[in-house]
Amino acid sequence: MDSQAVVARILVAHRERPGALLPVLHEIQDALGFIPPDTVPGIASALNLSRAEVHGVISYYHHFRDAPPARRVLRVCCAEACQAVGGEALAEQARARLAGSDVALEPVYCLGLCACGPALQVDETELHARMTAGKLDALIDELDAGR
Amino acid sequence: MSVTIFVPGDAAALALRADAVAAAIAGEAARRGIDLRVVRNGSRGMVWLEPLVEVATPRGRIAYGPVAVADVPGLFDAGFVAGGDHALCRGPTEGIPWLARQQRRAMGRVGIVDPRSLADYLAHGGGAGLARARALAPTAIVAAVTESGLRGRGGAAFPAGIKWQTVLDAPSSQKYIVCNADEGDSGTFSDRMLMEGDPFCLLEGMAIAGLAVGATRGYIYVRSEYPHAIAALEAALAAAGGLLGGGSGKFSIEVRKGAGSYVCGEETALLESLEGRRGIVRAKPPLPAVAGLFGQPTAINNVITLASVPDILAQGAGAYRALGSGRSRGTLPFQLAGNIRYGGLVEVPFGLTLRELLYDFGGGSRSGRPLRAVQVGGPLGAYLPEAQFDTPLDYEAFATIGAGLGHGGIVAFDDSVDMAKQARYAMKFCAIESCGKCTPCRIGSTRGVELIDRIRGGDVTQIGLLEELCETMVQGSACAMGSMTPIPVMSALRHFAGDFRP
Repeated sequence: MDSQAVVARILVAHRERPGALLPVLHEIQDALGFIPPDTVPGIASALNLSRAEVHGVISYYHHFRDAPPARRVLRVCCAEACQAVGGEALAEQARARLAGSDVALEPVYCLGLCACGPALQVDETELHARMTAGKLDALIDELDAGR
Repeated sequence: MSVTIFVPGDAAALALRADAVAAAIAGEAARRGIDLRVVRNGSRGMVWLEPLVEVATPRGRIAYGPVAVADVPGLFDAGFVAGGDHALCRGPTEGIPWLARQQRRAMGRVGIVDPRSLADYLAHGGGAGLARARALAPTAIVAAVTESGLRGRGGAAFPAGIKWQTVLDAPSSQKYIVCNADEGDSGTFSDRMLMEGDPFCLLEGMAIAGLAVGATRGYIYVRSEYPHAIAALEAALAAAGGLLGGGSGKFSIEVRKGAGSYVCGEETALLESLEGRRGIVRAKPPLPAVAGLFGQPTAINNVITLASVPDILAQGAGAYRALGSGRSRGTLPFQLAGNIRYGGLVEVPFGLTLRELLYDFGGGSRSGRPLRAVQVGGPLGAYLPEAQFDTPLDYEAFATIGAGLGHGGIVAFDDSVDMAKQARYAMKFCAIESCGKCTPCRIGSTRGVELIDRIRGGDVTQIGLLEELCETMVQGSACAMGSMTPIPVMSALRHFAGDFRP
């Protein structure tokens, strides 16, 4: 199914829902990996919004993407509780190792794993805690090997 | 006879390979021909012991932790399915002092029940509060919550009963209950643990709130960083059946996923987001209690606030009010995080000192170095030096030292911390997450980063300007994001001035 058809199906399912825009955008991103800019006019029209309003929402929230994601995404927690146990050094190590890789490195501000930091997330649901330099190296080897 | 083994499905346990441990236990049992059932419970909150595996025995549940996959064959060899001794055995879970010294109220069932089972929830006292509420008039439910002394656990500590009374008094044919589950503060995870470990309790609390104020629809706004909590809530809603009532009296709840915006934890920004817009704060008044979601009267409460309500109704307001100190009644699930040896969730009545929490529960730093600074209440909370560790943990006592308890998150730092860097981070985080509505927050945060960079570069003459900037942000910002970011900055400057000097 092409992206316009996927979006059309999602819009039909949600258009009557009050405040439907975020659920619609989530479902599109879950289905396609991102929200293609050329689907914005259709979303706006179905929800009786302006294109600017839809674009504004997509660009406001850190979670939404308007371009395809990298093959894998590594999110390292950069918030205080992880800073207190070496999170920054871990992020630095990941940055150095992932330079030129097709694994994207993104910051995340708290995964709720604050008593077992440093913590990180791979893609949407895979979590890792009490990370060490050695464990991070092994994880990145694993992510690279999946190519 | 079948053996029941508990392996937490809580996100912290999953991050420590609990799925692999559960699979290894099931596999090993199959190889040995042992009839065994694995329940994926929530976490007991002893994160330092996760993955914490428990075995149901006639002596009660016996704890083993932290369990790695490689430990599993040895546990079977030691007869752990009958509670046998092993190097990882911690004895009866309820007898572990770290847990035994707590008073679990809001978190009473977390880690004990199967979060996917309504029957288990009901068997552990769930539903009693809602049954009681159904026999009461709305004003009597609100009166019970007011009488309990429960204050908003999200951070603002506003009396829950007064908020509900305002919604009850606001005339409208459609009112809403909104649960704020956008738990973005670093160092906090009690909402996540409750949603993952006892989701029915939150649903029950919302249904009671609905009866109290006359609302039939509820939304739970959960941050996108909590996919496991969202899944647990969705599963609970699918299994809730008659818990939420039936027919026209049914209270309906929808889970909505956030999209990675910290400021959406601010209630009016959250409402904007729920309505499908950018999470930009609204001017108050009108209060959400008068004109909230879709312009209608809305009771918007934090997860722990709502999850405290079933217990208050079931046990009586007096039992809850009897706990605590001063005007801070009941318990708060504190979260011990950061550089701390025994981190996790500690639910105790207000009144304990910070030092008791850090050392008696936390065991000091994880690194073994002295604790130097503790941030209480998330990214907008004050950094406290050792000299303030004897402050009692209650809202008013913290207010008198220019700090706050917020959502109960406590992040410990050892003596390797650079407090000027932490102050810079506070400004930087505000710059990243500001919604942009008001100038002091949007521009001030970036100017703050620049000023602290200059100060750290040796230009201490900029300290006065930083103080003025903070004052402007405090006085001029539209919401807590901009007006409270100066709290960590100024507390760092006040208590750790040496870190700002070359």
